[in-house]
Amino acid sequence: MSDLLAARSLMAMSLGFHIIFAVVGMAMPLLMVMAEWRWLKTGKAVYLTIAKRWAKGTAIFFAIGAVTGTVLSFQLGLLWPRFMEWAGPIIGPAFAIEGFAFFTEAIFLGIYLYGWRKISPRAHLTAGGIVALSGITSGVVVVMANGWMNTPRGFMMVHDIPSNINPFAALFNPSGLLQAPHMILAAFAATGFAVAGIHAFLLLRQPGHPFHQAALKIAFMIGAVSAILQPVSGDFLAKQVAEFQPLKLAVFEAQAETQHGAPFRLGGVWNSVSEGFDYTLEIPHALSLMLTLDPNGKVIGFKDFPRGNWPPMGITRTAFQIMIVIGFGMLLLSLWGFWLAYKTRTFFQSKVFLQTLALTSPLGFVAIEAGWVSTEVGRQPWVIVGYLKTADAVTPMPGLIIPLMIFAGLYTFLTWIVIWLMWRHISATPSQFEMIPVNEGSEPT
Amino acid sequence: MGLETALAIVLLISLTFYALLGGADFGAGVWHLLARGPSRQSQHHLIGEAIGPIWEANHVWLILIVTILFTAFPAAYVRISTTLHIPLTILVIGIVLRGSAFAFRHYDIKDDDIHLRWDQLFAVSSLITPLLLGIIIGAITAGHFPVKPGNFFEGYVSPWLRPFPLGMGLFTLLIFAYLAAAYLLLETTNHQLQEIFRKRAIAAALLAGLMEEAVLYLGKSGAPRLWCELANSQWGAWIQLGVGILTIAAIVSLITRHYWWARICAILQVTLTIWTWGIAQFPYLVPPYLTVFNASAPEITLQFISWVLLLGTLLLFPSLFYLLWIFKGRTLFSPKRQNE
Repeated sequence: MSDLLAARSLMAMSLGFHIIFAVVGMAMPLLMVMAEWRWLKTGKAVYLTIAKRWAKGTAIFFAIGAVTGTVLSFQLGLLWPRFMEWAGPIIGPAFAIEGFAFFTEAIFLGIYLYGWRKISPRAHLTAGGIVALSGITSGVVVVMANGWMNTPRGFMMVHDIPSNINPFAALFNPSGLLQAPHMILAAFAATGFAVAGIHAFLLLRQPGHPFHQAALKIAFMIGAVSAILQPVSGDFLAKQVAEFQPLKLAVFEAQAETQHGAPFRLGGVWNSVSEGFDYTLEIPHALSLMLTLDPNGKVIGFKDFPRGNWPPMGITRTAFQIMIVIGFGMLLLSLWGFWLAYKTRTFFQSKVFLQTLALTSPLGFVAIEAGWVSTEVGRQPWVIVGYLKTADAVTPMPGLIIPLMIFAGLYTFLTWIVIWLMWRHISATPSQFEMIPVNEGSEPT
Repeated sequence: MGLETALAIVLLISLTFYALLGGADFGAGVWHLLARGPSRQSQHHLIGEAIGPIWEANHVWLILIVTILFTAFPAAYVRISTTLHIPLTILVIGIVLRGSAFAFRHYDIKDDDIHLRWDQLFAVSSLITPLLLGIIIGAITAGHFPVKPGNFFEGYVSPWLRPFPLGMGLFTLLIFAYLAAAYLLLETTNHQLQEIFRKRAIAAALLAGLMEEAVLYLGKSGAPRLWCELANSQWGAWIQLGVGILTIAAIVSLITRHYWWARICAILQVTLTIWTWGIAQFPYLVPPYLTVFNASAPEITLQFISWVLLLGTLLLFPSLFYLLWIFKGRTLFSPKRQNE
C-alpha cells in the first residue's frame, strides 16, 4: 500500500468514525432537552427518567466524539501538511470559531451531566439548551470549512501563492452554506430514528410501557420532521453542486454525455471499458426537471471533463445512491408515522410500524456515511478543488501503514465497547426504570 | 506590539490554562494509578468526582492551541507535525484512551467488575499524554529539525528521542501530578484522604522542583539557546530563585496544612515555568529558522482570528467561571472556607 493510499484510508477512517459520535453528540442534547422540558411542563417523572437515561448514553458518545475530534485536528497536520499550510490562513479561523463553540458545549455538558441537584431545574434546562445550540454551531462551522474544500473562495492566486485572503468569503462559501443544513438535518434524522428504533424494539418486547412510549414519541417527532425536510435541503444542494461542481453531479447522477432532457437514473454499475454506467433504470426527463425546472434543460456529462480529474466513479455514484434511497425510505417512514398518529391518535398499536422502525434503526447512519463518502470521494483527485491535488498534500513521512493499522485497531476496539455498552444500556432500561417511582396521573406512587 | 506577538502570547496563555486545568486532570490519573492501601477505593472515587464535570472542558484548551497554531502560524504547525509525527501520534492515542476509559467507567449504566479494567486503562493512559506533551515541547525548544533528513531516524526520531526532550516529558508528568495532588487536597473534607494527598503533594513538589533544575541542566547541551538565556542572565537567576522559593513555600504550606496556599504556590510555579520558557524561547517557534514573524499567516488572517479569539473569550470566561463556581465554588476564593 502506498503512503498516499494509507494516508487517505487513515483520514477516511478517522472521519468516518468521528462523524457517528459527532452526530449523536450534536443531536441527542435536543432530545434530552425536549424530555426535560416535558417534565417541567407536565410534572411526569417518566420524562425526567428519559432525560437522565438519554444523558448517560449521550455522555459516552460525546466523550468519544471529543477525543476523536482531537485526533482529527492533529491528523490534518500529521497527514496533510501541504494542505494545512495552504488552507490554514484561509479556513483556519472557522476552526477557531468551532473551538469556542466546542468549549461552550463541553462546559455546559459538564453542568448538565453533573448538575442535576446543584442548580435550579430551569437553569439545568437552559444548560441543556446551550449544549444543543453550541453543538449545532460547531457542526455548522466544521461543515462550512469542509464546504470550502469543495468550493474554495476568499483568496486570489498570485504567483502560485494564495493571496488577498478574505476569511469571511472563505467561510461563507457556496457549498458550505448548503452542506451545513443538510448535515444538521441528517444528524437529527439519523439520531431521532435510531433512538426511536431502539424504543420501538423495547416496546415490542414490553407492550404499553409508558417509558418507551414517551421516549419513542419525542425521538420519532424530531427524526421525522428532519427526515421530511431533508429532501428539500438535498434538492437545494444538488442544484448547487450542478452549478459549482458539474463534474461531481454528473458522476452522482451517472450522466456520461451532456444532454438536454436528461433522465433520472436509478442503480447502475460502473463500466470502466465503455466509461459509463450499465444497468440503470431511467425516469425520462426527471433529472433535467429536478435541476433546471425544465424537462428539456441541459445537464453536463462527465465526459466533458478531462479524465485525470474524474473521481473514483463506482464508489462516488454508489454511495450517493445509497444515501438517496435511504433518505426517501426515511421520508416514507415519517409520513407513515404521522399518518398513523393522525388516523388512530397513536402509532403504538401498529406492530408492523414498530417492527419497521426497529429494523431500520441504524439506516440513518448508513446514509450519513454514504453521503459523506459521496461528497469526499467525489471531490478527488483534489483536496482543494481546482487548486491542490490530494497527492501533492500528503506528508513526506514514510511508513504510514503503521499508524493506519494502529488506528484501525483502536477504532475497532472502541466500536465494540460502545456497541456493548449501548446494549447494556438498552437492556437495563426496563428493570432499572421500574425501580424509580413514577408519578403518572392517577397511579399511586 | 504586532499581532504576531499578541497571538504568540495568546498561545502561551492557552498553554498555561491547559497545563493548570487539563494537566491536573492527567496528573489525577497518576494518583489513580498509585492509589494504595485501605482507602484505595475512596481515593479513586475522589478523583472521579473531582475531574468528572470539568475534564471535557479542560481538554478543549489543547484544541484551541492547535487551532491557533495552524491558523496564525501555519509554517510552524506544518514543520512540527511533520517532524514530530511519531510523538504526536502517541499523544493523541493517549488522549483517546484516557478519555474513552473515563467515559466508559463513569457513564455506564451498570456497575460491575469491568469498571476496574476501565479504571486501569484510565490510569495508565493518563501517563502517556503528559510524557509526550513534555517530549514534544522539549523537542520544539531544542529545534534544529532537519529540513532534508538523510534517513528515517535522523528525520523523524532523533529530534525528540534525546535526553532533553525526554527529561521535559518526565518533568511535565511530575508537575502535572503535583498540581493534581495540590488540587485534590481541597476537593475532600475527609481528614484521612487529606493526609494521604498531603504526603504525596510534598513528595511531588520536591521531585518536580528537582526535575525542573535537572531539565535546565540537560538544556546546557540539549537546548543551548534556552540554557544561555536562563543560566547566564540576571532575569534567569531571579526566575530560578522564584521557582525555588515557590517550591519551599508550597512544602511549608503543606506541612502546616494550609492547602489553599499550597495550591496557589503550585499554580504560580507552573505559570512561572511556562512563561519563563515562552519568554526565553521568543521569538522562535521552532529554532533556528521559524519565528513568530516569519512563520505567521497574512495580516488579514491574524486580524480575523484575533477578533474570533476576543469575542470567543467574552463567551468562554463567564461560562468557565460558572462551571468552576458550580463544582469547585467551595474552594475557589477564600483560604478560610476550605474546612467548612
